[in-house]
Amino acid sequence: MTTFRLNGREVTVDVPGDTPLLWVIRDEVGLTGTKFGCGIGMCGACTIHIGGRATRSCVTPISAAEGADITTIEGIDPEGNHPVQQVWREIQVPQCGYCQSGQIMQAISLLKDYPSPTDEEIDAVMAGSLCRCMTYIRIREAIKKAAATARGDASNG
Amino acid sequence: MGRLNRFRLGKDGRREQASLSRRGFLVTSLGAGVMFGFARPSSANQIFPLDRSLPGDGAFEPTIWCSIAPDGEITVNIIRAEMGQHIGTALARIIADEMEADWSKVRINYVDTDPKWGLMVTGGSWSVWMTWDVFRQAGAATRTAMVEEGARLLGTTPDKCTVANSIVSAGGKQISFGDIVAKGHPSHSFTPEEMARLPLKPASERRLIGNAELKALDIPAKTNGTAIYGIDARVEGMLYARPKMPPTRYGSRVRSVDDTDAKKIKGYVRYLLIEDPSEVVQGWVVVLAESYSAAIRATDALKVDWTPGETIHTSERDIQDRGRELISNKDGGVYIFNDDGVDQAFSSAHTVMEQEYTCASVLHYQLEPTNALAFEKDGVYEIHAGNQWQSLILPTLAKSLQVPESKVILRSYLLGGGFGRRLNGDYMIPAALASKALGGKPVKLILTRSDDMQFDSFRSPSVQRVRMAFDGSDRITSMDYQAAAGWPTGVMAEAFMEKGVDGKPYDQFAIAGGDHWYEVGAFRVRALRNDLAEKTFRPGWLRSVSPGWTSWGIECFLDEVAHRQKKDPAQFRLELLTAQGRNKGQAPDSVGGALRQAAVVRRLMEKVNWGKTTLPKDTAMGLATTAGQERGMPTWIGCVAQVHVDRSTGVVTCQKLTIVVDAGTVVDPDGAKAQTEGAALWGLSMALFENTEIVNGMPVDRNLNTYTPLRIADTPEMDIEFLPSTEKPMGLGEPGTTVVGPAIGNAIFNAVGVRLRHMPVRPADVLRGLQNS
Repeated sequence: MTTFRLNGREVTVDVPGDTPLLWVIRDEVGLTGTKFGCGIGMCGACTIHIGGRATRSCVTPISAAEGADITTIEGIDPEGNHPVQQVWREIQVPQCGYCQSGQIMQAISLLKDYPSPTDEEIDAVMAGSLCRCMTYIRIREAIKKAAATARGDASNG
Repeated sequence: MGRLNRFRLGKDGRREQASLSRRGFLVTSLGAGVMFGFARPSSANQIFPLDRSLPGDGAFEPTIWCSIAPDGEITVNIIRAEMGQHIGTALARIIADEMEADWSKVRINYVDTDPKWGLMVTGGSWSVWMTWDVFRQAGAATRTAMVEEGARLLGTTPDKCTVANSIVSAGGKQISFGDIVAKGHPSHSFTPEEMARLPLKPASERRLIGNAELKALDIPAKTNGTAIYGIDARVEGMLYARPKMPPTRYGSRVRSVDDTDAKKIKGYVRYLLIEDPSEVVQGWVVVLAESYSAAIRATDALKVDWTPGETIHTSERDIQDRGRELISNKDGGVYIFNDDGVDQAFSSAHTVMEQEYTCASVLHYQLEPTNALAFEKDGVYEIHAGNQWQSLILPTLAKSLQVPESKVILRSYLLGGGFGRRLNGDYMIPAALASKALGGKPVKLILTRSDDMQFDSFRSPSVQRVRMAFDGSDRITSMDYQAAAGWPTGVMAEAFMEKGVDGKPYDQFAIAGGDHWYEVGAFRVRALRNDLAEKTFRPGWLRSVSPGWTSWGIECFLDEVAHRQKKDPAQFRLELLTAQGRNKGQAPDSVGGALRQAAVVRRLMEKVNWGKTTLPKDTAMGLATTAGQERGMPTWIGCVAQVHVDRSTGVVTCQKLTIVVDAGTVVDPDGAKAQTEGAALWGLSMALFENTEIVNGMPVDRNLNTYTPLRIADTPEMDIEFLPSTEKPMGLGEPGTTVVGPAIGNAIFNAVGVRLRHMPVRPADVLRGLQNS
């Protein structure tokens, strides 16, 4: 039995300890916004927050989640209106959208560490998040705009 | 070639009258339990779980394409797959604009398979081009019916009415579309001939088509985790499955299976040997478990011994050598063009130039691995999955399951990337057969990434031989273009092939782009079908298909000719884009012909200050231009790539891509830009970052540890411009891919004088070129 907090609620599951957290979240709990892409932690589609840090859930065993505070794309804002989500819609970032939960979770984490990120910082932190539709230009733009909005910088779109 | 007649073919290859534009449209009321025309699908799609409202009782369904509910909500039925193009929004704009609908009331509904929809395919950048006339006419029919009934309710005549924003007005009074449906009885039916005569709005009066302010209707659900993809489909009591892949695509036979170790995995249920009467799936073993993570492990633990198929030792090199052999043989192949005088021009030429260009195998790596959920309910097999060509796989599934086609229905979901992978629905077959073996029990089969890559329907490697003949004044007298590759359409959709000038069928998606719009004298284009490729793997359609690699041969070769003649490559192209003869274009799809491609090149030269910019050392621009996907549906496009070459490492950095497009009318400006951004970066990825290689009959790459597509840090600055046009809209999903590779190749030559003839460009090739120069 493993017990952890998921989007603010306590969850207990009975699965083998080496089960990847991704499949627990998707199939046991039934939250499907977190996606399966590569299964080896190299595409970023499965990115969630554990204790506020971006983590690849496909390579995180459930045994490591005991007592953890976990947030998925469904939990970052009750109305889906986190500032990063808003700017993602404003700039029309998603195409197929499959990687975008992971991109948004990674971007939120990035903006905590780098409130005013440079292109190089964006490229370095977002490097692990593959977008096969190649929405990269808009991801860069959206992250900068979210940062500007958080700073209250009205002039910088 | 040029008319895309295949769209008028039925699935048996017969010409039939039921193509979209010929379908009769019925305008009728759905009230009082009586429904004329076509039945609406019984279940809603599951793509937008938070917004799945469908019209309730009393909705007015003027055509099968849309309905208006008494509360005014307008539902537009979309038969195309949503895989990132925001296609539902683009198509809904077309019908809603002509209808004079209030855009805030428009909803889109992705439909399940039903014969009434006609050909369900999403590929080839066709969707807007194929739907443009149908949806404008359907919108006009709806508007006409609304105005007629609105006029009656207002006590006036239609000619006294105006209509805008879902409101019919006359003499100071007005009534909404919703109230017309709630209070009136619209019941006008139109014959196809009447539909075609309905007045359509002039371009100047469009409010939704071309409106840059509108947002894509599918995007909000893609930012909050509520968008539902095929992999998210679930039903009560389903078992999870993963296939154990045989060592070759075809011909492997299971000798023995040992599940001793698999039984030690908690949740393992059993394995199944898949026998597929359609012979698409050969030698697969499916492992069933109570959870997907258990299925993954049990499959790893299962021991299967196969007798492999005959291609177990085939390599990429073997396949390319076979392509060369086919090209060298004068017999065989299909002629797309074969003008009189080619042989004579070459035998009497003052000089002849000849080069070979090659392109590597490329994998789709669509981010959502292929998957399907299958079960049987009341004698009907339901397959829940994202797919791009339902009309193609449905008959195959019926054959696999040994049931009539009417007993199979495909339910639509969002696609976590298409790029052509999901034109081939082979991944549904093992799920369906596993369910059948379990008496119709629901089975959710997911391929892991490595499974998905091994059995991808990937882009065939290709060989192109390009020859040109010149007279004593260096004028071009003839061109001979030949290309050999695996033919995806030949393998998977034979009835969809075009006929060459010699009457023989050929795969237009394995030669298109070779049939360019330049004036080159007597012109020959021959397509060769690489049989060894087709024995080894299932060649696939991959974003932009052949124009993504034929452009590498054509556009690099033209630069080589220009340099040899000491001409500016851009000016040289303009001299050849004269729009004479076959290149003058024809209405409605290619009005203006090659002159429009020339206009794109001129604008591009202007934008980048071509030939007048001084760049740092080892940095240069290169240009390429194409007519997009097919001669019958040209999207005129050009690209200038600016690259820097590091002489010590051979690494090529693309600094900027400037792209100019004439796609006719642009329906969705932001979506058009997004598609061109993505398509161009696919082009860049295939030029510099990604390819695989067939080793022992399989692509050698199995995941991102060795397969390295473009990432955010590799993304250059981009400047994309659409030329204003009111011509018929062409496609935009793929043309951006076609121009980038050769623009990069040409830029590398301009930067350091190294001519590369294999794509992708690898640092080692650049270094070798530098050493040799």
